Amino acid sequence: MASLKKRGAGRQLHGGKVAYAVLILFTIGSLFPLVWTAIAASRNNTRLAETPPPFWFGGNLFKNLEIAWTDANMGTALINTLVVAGTITVGTVLFSTLAGFAFAKLRFRFRGLLLLLVIGTMMVPPQLSVVPLFMMVAEFGWTDQLQSVILPTLVSAFGVFFMRQYLIEALPTEVIEAARVDGASSLRLIWHVVFPAARPAMAVLGMLTFVMAWNDFFWPIIALTQGGEPTVQVALAGLGRGQIPDQSVIMAGALLGTLPLLIAFVLFGKQIVGGIMQGAVKG
Amino acid sequence: MTDIPSDTRTAAPSTGEEGAAPRARAVAALDPAAERRRARRSRRYRWDMKWSPYALIAPFFLFFIAFGLFPLLYTGWASLHRVELGTPTDMEWVGLRNFSRLLEDDFFWNALRNTFTIGIISTVPQLVMALGIAHLLHYRLRGSMFFRVAILTPYATSVAAATLVFVLMFSRTDHGMINWALGLIGVDAVDWQNGDWTAQFAVSSIVIWRWTGYNALIYLAAMQAIPNDLYESAALDGASRWQQFRHVTIPSLRPTILFTCVVSTIGATQLFGEPLLFSQGASPTGGSDHQFQTLGLYLYEQGWFNQHLGRSSAIAWTMFLILVLIGLVNWAISRWIRRSA
Repeated sequence: MASLKKRGAGRQLHGGKVAYAVLILFTIGSLFPLVWTAIAASRNNTRLAETPPPFWFGGNLFKNLEIAWTDANMGTALINTLVVAGTITVGTVLFSTLAGFAFAKLRFRFRGLLLLLVIGTMMVPPQLSVVPLFMMVAEFGWTDQLQSVILPTLVSAFGVFFMRQYLIEALPTEVIEAARVDGASSLRLIWHVVFPAARPAMAVLGMLTFVMAWNDFFWPIIALTQGGEPTVQVALAGLGRGQIPDQSVIMAGALLGTLPLLIAFVLFGKQIVGGIMQGAVKG
Repeated sequence: MTDIPSDTRTAAPSTGEEGAAPRARAVAALDPAAERRRARRSRRYRWDMKWSPYALIAPFFLFFIAFGLFPLLYTGWASLHRVELGTPTDMEWVGLRNFSRLLEDDFFWNALRNTFTIGIISTVPQLVMALGIAHLLHYRLRGSMFFRVAILTPYATSVAAATLVFVLMFSRTDHGMINWALGLIGVDAVDWQNGDWTAQFAVSSIVIWRWTGYNALIYLAAMQAIPNDLYESAALDGASRWQQFRHVTIPSLRPTILFTCVVSTIGATQLFGEPLLFSQGASPTGGSDHQFQTLGLYLYEQGWFNQHLGRSSAIAWTMFLILVLIGLVNWAISRWIRRSA
């Protein structure tokens, strides 16, 4: 991994005791709310209303998870979110790679202008399109259906820009020319040259997109109002609205909604950290 | 590979083949079928070269125009109309009335003020802390990857999950985690939700918790790109660690700091989920007294509770104008930095 190798070029001072102490404190601060979610989810409502608050696990975890799974609709929500975030990730990565490659390496009319359009809208907040999107969804009869949250986020301007920046350097123009000389069509070029070269950046973009899609909140709670087909965040918003008064069940819901990403972080933490840091240098 | 393109493939003849054209033509003259094949192939090649770029960007632009660009512009159009939530297709032209109403609306100014103050309380400590943590992570450490992954876990936690947990921790009575801890050092229980500043502080703390680690990693990446000899020559000049941090690290990080400032500012302008779920019963008013209602929440309340989509659009465009303003300030600052550097 480039970021690890590069570390040698930076400072090599060893961290002192103070550095460790501060970092450990900060790590505890980062992890504590998550651990406490699990502790609260393993207790019951009465215990959570007592002083001092619980600091160790109780015996109600599975009971609460079960109630959250069925009564708070977290089971359906998890499956829905997997479908939504999965589709968005595949769409974003695929379409961003194709367009990013075109912007990085091919010549065509209006290339500069179109790229400017992509970059110009990259930072535009979702609030600015939510009213017309809502009208469109109502018009198409998509209210409370998953396509209403998939289609509007299926592509991302950031993704195109990110892939373009990566491919400009990662894919030498000579390689493309050589493939052309060998008579490769654009389709074969993309399959045999572009995708292999873009794979590391595709993985990074995929991870970032999946986390973002999993946690997306603003548009889903507008599009999926009736709650028939909730995503995890919509179901959690229902819990926040007081749908179930039991605090320990609410925490169980929060835990269920966070657990898949936490597991992914335990498994791929190193890659995700590397991806974010590479993205930072590129961006 | 000159023999690769067959009729069934879309593969184009290579330029290498064109180099061997005279011989090929001689052969082709004997075989009209081969001649036609060759012509078709080269036509296909030219067609491929000309149109494939458009085919590659087409899927992106199709979705981008339908669900990105069109809604963006249509919000502007909708903001000039009276549009009700129940009958969004009945639009009545009202000109700039949605905007002029906004300027006379106390709740709008309240939301603007809250967005600004929450933005400051959440962004400034977040970035300062991130800078410090990144500095520590830049040392040679045991378990440095563990620290990096651990401080990034809040980023994996959704706004909704995080806010539900923080609501419980900021619970008003002394059984709430925070009030209990304050009680240990002799501070009376605070009614976090109903206080003015306390609620804004609590909402900001959720933002700070979720994003500090992420920003620390961004800074760390930029620190690793600083050439070592800058530090060496600073050390030769007798600079202490703190002086090195101030006079080498910070100046080198200026573009990154500016970048994170912009991104955090944009995030702060849109703040929505945290204040929504922090409010009792997830009400869009942002507290009993609108004390932490942000612009994002006010837009939602106007559109989906008061059913005025037109006014909601006007708020969206106002937010956009504010962002453009911030962008211009940022551009001016970065130009000033480049000139002074």
